[in-house]
Amino acid sequence: MSHQLPAHQLPEHPDWLWRTPDPKRSYDVIIVGAGGHGLATAYYLARNHGITNVAVLERGWLAGGNMARNTTIIRSNYLCEESAALYEHALKLWEVLPQELEYDFLFSQRGVLNLAHTLQDVREGTRRVNANRLGGVDAEWLDTDQVRAFCPIVNTSPDLRYPVLGATLQPRAGIAKHDHVAWALARRADEYGVDLIQGCEVTGFLRDGDRVTGVRTNRGPISAGRVALAAAGHSSVLADLAGLRLPVQSHPLQALVSELLEPVHPTVVMSNHVHVYVSQAHKGELVMGAGVDSYNGYGQRGSFHMIEHQMAAALELFPIFARAHVLRTWGGIVDVTPDASPIIGPTPIGNLYLNCGWGTGGFKATPASGWVYAHTIATGEPHPLAAPFGLERFTTGALIDEHGAAAVAH
Amino acid sequence: MLLIACPWCGEREELEFHYGGQAHVGYPANPEGLTDSEWAEYLFVRDNPKGLFAERWSHAAGCRRWFNLIRHTVTHQILAVQSNRPVAAGQPKPVIP
Repeated sequence: MSHQLPAHQLPEHPDWLWRTPDPKRSYDVIIVGAGGHGLATAYYLARNHGITNVAVLERGWLAGGNMARNTTIIRSNYLCEESAALYEHALKLWEVLPQELEYDFLFSQRGVLNLAHTLQDVREGTRRVNANRLGGVDAEWLDTDQVRAFCPIVNTSPDLRYPVLGATLQPRAGIAKHDHVAWALARRADEYGVDLIQGCEVTGFLRDGDRVTGVRTNRGPISAGRVALAAAGHSSVLADLAGLRLPVQSHPLQALVSELLEPVHPTVVMSNHVHVYVSQAHKGELVMGAGVDSYNGYGQRGSFHMIEHQMAAALELFPIFARAHVLRTWGGIVDVTPDASPIIGPTPIGNLYLNCGWGTGGFKATPASGWVYAHTIATGEPHPLAAPFGLERFTTGALIDEHGAAAVAH
Repeated sequence: MLLIACPWCGEREELEFHYGGQAHVGYPANPEGLTDSEWAEYLFVRDNPKGLFAERWSHAAGCRRWFNLIRHTVTHQILAVQSNRPVAAGQPKPVIP
C-alpha cells in the first residue's frame, strides 16, 4: 500500500550544489569526463587562469566512475623524482583544498605504511625513504617493533609466511571521502560559471584538417577552442574517435568493503609483496584493494579469484578481520600505460589535449592532475611538473618506470 | 572467473592461464629500417577495443602452450579459440566476426 505524500506536502529539496544547464553552441574549452580529474581541471582553469567559458561533458552522471568507487588512498612516496614531485604537489593541494573549497571532505592524514616482507622489500623501502627525503617528501623507516606500535592490529609475528620486517611510513599520507571531493570541486567550478553537463556523450570530433574544432555529442555538435580528454578507462575509446592510438590498456581493478565496524584501524597499510592494501573509512567499512585483473576489460567487473587472493593476504596480515563480512565488491576500469605513469599534454592533433594513463593511482593525484592539465590547456605548453609525462616519451624512450617502483604493484 | 577452452586440454579455469595481450603482433620484418615512432608503435601501442578482441593466452599450469582466442571485453564472452599459428609478415590477419 502506498503512502505517498501529495507533491505540495513533500519537504523542500535542499539546494543543488551545481546547475544542470543545457549545452551552449560553443565554449572556449570542453573537458570530456566529469570525474575527479575533469572537475579539478575545470576548477583550476577558472581559478588559476580565469578561463570560465568551459563545459565539462559527462556521458553518465557526475563523478560516477572511478571517483565514485575507489580506495581513496592519498600519498606521494613514489620512487621516481618526476612522480614524487607531481604527487607531492597533489598532497600539498589536498592539505589546503578543504579550506579553499569550504567543504570538509574528511581528508585525514593518518599515514600510510608500506610493509616489507623480504630482504629485497627492506632494501627497496629504505632506498625509497632516502629518495623521498632528498625530494622533500616526508618518509620514515620503521622496524618491526615500530610497525607494531604504529598499527597494533598488524600481525608482526615472526611465524608468518611473509613476516613483517619493517615498513616505510609517510605520516602526511591518508585518505579522503572521494565523492565529497568531487562535489566540492563541482560546486566551486559551477560558481565560476563552468557548465557541468551530465548525460552528454561525446560520439565524435569536429575537425578542420589536423586540428579539432569541437565535439559531436548525443545532444548535438558543440564547438570549442580546445578539447581536453579526461576519460580514464575509456580514453582509448575516445581517442579512437579522433584517429589517435594510445599506449594504454584498460583493465578491471577490483576492490571491496566490509560491513561497518567500530574504528580498529588507525592508518593505511599497503603490502606490495602479499598484495593488499587496507584502510578503514570514517563510516567504519574496511576498504581493501589489490592489483588489476590481467586481461583487458571494460565490463566493470573482474574475476573472483582476485578478491579471494587479496582477502587471503588481508587475513594473514590482520587476523582481527577474520569474522568481518564482505559487504560489496566492485570493479572499475583503469587505463594502464607501459611504464605505469600517466600521460598529460598536447597530442599530435591540434587543440586536442590528453590526460590519461593514471592506472590504479589516479585518485590521489586529483588536484595536481587538474592543476597541471589546466596549465597545459590554458597555455598550450606543458606545466613543468607535467613536462616529463608527455605522450612523446614513448618515442624518445624517456619512460618514467613506476612499475614496481611506486611502492605497490600496478 | 573466466572458463577458457584450451585447444589441447579443454575447458579450464582462468587461474591456470597466463594472459598475453593482443594477438597477431608480428616482429617487425625490417627492424633496422624502423623510425623511432614506428618502434614506439611496435613496443608500446596495442589495440584496446571496447568489444571483440583477439588475444593470446598461455595454459601456464597445464600444457604450457600458447593459443589465441577472441573475447568480448565487456561481456567476457569467448567466441572463438584458435591454436597459435603466427601470421607471417605481410599476410592478412584473421578477421574478427
